[in-house]
Amino acid sequence: MLEVKGLRKVYRSGSREVEALRDLTFTVDNGDLVCLVGPSGCGKTTLLRCIAGLLDPTAGDVRVNGKAVDGPPEGMAVVFQEYGRSLFPWMSVRDNVELPLKQKKVARARRTELVEQSLDAVGLSGSESAYPWQLSGGMQQRVAIARAVAYEPQTLLMDEPFAAVDAQTRADLEDLVRRLWKRLGVTILFVTHDIDESVYLGQRVVMLSSSPTVVQDELIIDLPAERDQLTTRADPAFIAMRTRVYEQIQAAKKNAGQ
Amino acid sequence: MTTARPANPVRSGNPALLGVAGLAGLLLVIELVPRIGLVDERFLPPASTIAGALADEASDAAFWAALADTIVAWAIGLAVAVVAGVLAGLVIGSVPVLRALTASTVEFLRPIPSVALIPLAVLMYGTDLGSTLLLVCYASFWQVLVQVLYGVADVDPVAFETAKSFRFSAWARIRHVLWPTALPYVFTGVRLAASVALVLAITAELVIGSPGLGKEIAVAQSSDAVPTMYALVVVTGLLGVLINLLARTGERRLLAWHQSVRGEVPV
Repeated sequence: MLEVKGLRKVYRSGSREVEALRDLTFTVDNGDLVCLVGPSGCGKTTLLRCIAGLLDPTAGDVRVNGKAVDGPPEGMAVVFQEYGRSLFPWMSVRDNVELPLKQKKVARARRTELVEQSLDAVGLSGSESAYPWQLSGGMQQRVAIARAVAYEPQTLLMDEPFAAVDAQTRADLEDLVRRLWKRLGVTILFVTHDIDESVYLGQRVVMLSSSPTVVQDELIIDLPAERDQLTTRADPAFIAMRTRVYEQIQAAKKNAGQ
Repeated sequence: MTTARPANPVRSGNPALLGVAGLAGLLLVIELVPRIGLVDERFLPPASTIAGALADEASDAAFWAALADTIVAWAIGLAVAVVAGVLAGLVIGSVPVLRALTASTVEFLRPIPSVALIPLAVLMYGTDLGSTLLLVCYASFWQVLVQVLYGVADVDPVAFETAKSFRFSAWARIRHVLWPTALPYVFTGVRLAASVALVLAITAELVIGSPGLGKEIAVAQSSDAVPTMYALVVVTGLLGVLINLLARTGERRLLAWHQSVRGEVPV
């Protein structure tokens, strides 16, 4: 379980203070897929970095399975938006996926198995010995996802992972995330600025306000578990929910403008 | 209307072949200039005479000993400078306080020409190998240090955070993120340092008289053996070319993944 309570983050540089996050409270239950959506510049990445233990919050706390986060927690993997910079260009695809497992001291035989399974799961078997820069953007992000999946995390954080890939690849990758989530039973917190994506992917959507950020609204997405790019997106229920989220985001922006 | 033009013989020429042709031209000029009396043969002997002197040197054990001395001084000096430069660079580069603390000192010490330390070297080591090493190390160290500092500063924050989020230990972050990022810079540093080290090794031997090719050049000059002097100069040049070639080959092999080596990859 992921708990965020009263989270506040103020950036200080000299005498200038910028309040990025004001007061955020929400939880993600084990095995849930929750999407965080908010207007651009609302501090989504700041929030995610606080949860990932890469940034110290100014106030409030983050707990993962009951344990306070004060550094990257165990059993958590992060998929970054900038796949090209997150993968190591000096290593083959296989080595990129395997390295975190080595750091986790997983036995060699098990490592080989995990690397093979995870690359297979993202549809990249046969590209093991390629270098990341020899692959297309979508394939690179698949490698990053495989690396996270092979790590066998209980919690997976995804920071706008598909913001830099084309629309068709994006649809494929969205379905891939749904498939992996159902198969692995992992808890996923998916940050995005794309309203349709958040409704399509999530069981629940947490909407954030503009900076300084608070939780604007939450919405349970009661669409069937089997989702499909064509029928789900044409479903009136889907359209109603995306409209609701859209309105909230617009309201958040307007409030910020006042 | 366009017609197929015959390929330009020079432009379509093999670059290696053109290079050899250029070198042959230079040798021809050096052969002719003294022969037709443009330059006094006492100052510039014809290429064939220099080649003859070179052949004589090659059959002389003392020449090989001097060559070995120079190479040993170069190699030891460079090795010490590279190890020290890399270690210091990694430590200083990854601790911001140290970086700020040393920045002005480095900028002050780096531009001091190594040759200005010759009196100090003589004072400390006389005409031994030690004085050559002091100069070589001093000059090469900065080349490596500065490049490693650039390299460490170039670490991608996303790559670093990725390593952190997967709970890499501090050592693993250095080993798997910092070091590979800095490696291309290290190579540049080593390549620069290798050339500088040779310059300083020869300078030290020439000026101080520590054993090596430089000393032999000075001896040849003072005993009026001008062709031998030129022959030795040619050897130092060849040594420089060889060192550069070696450094570049190593770079290509070890940095195949790097943008500068791999070029643009069509995806």
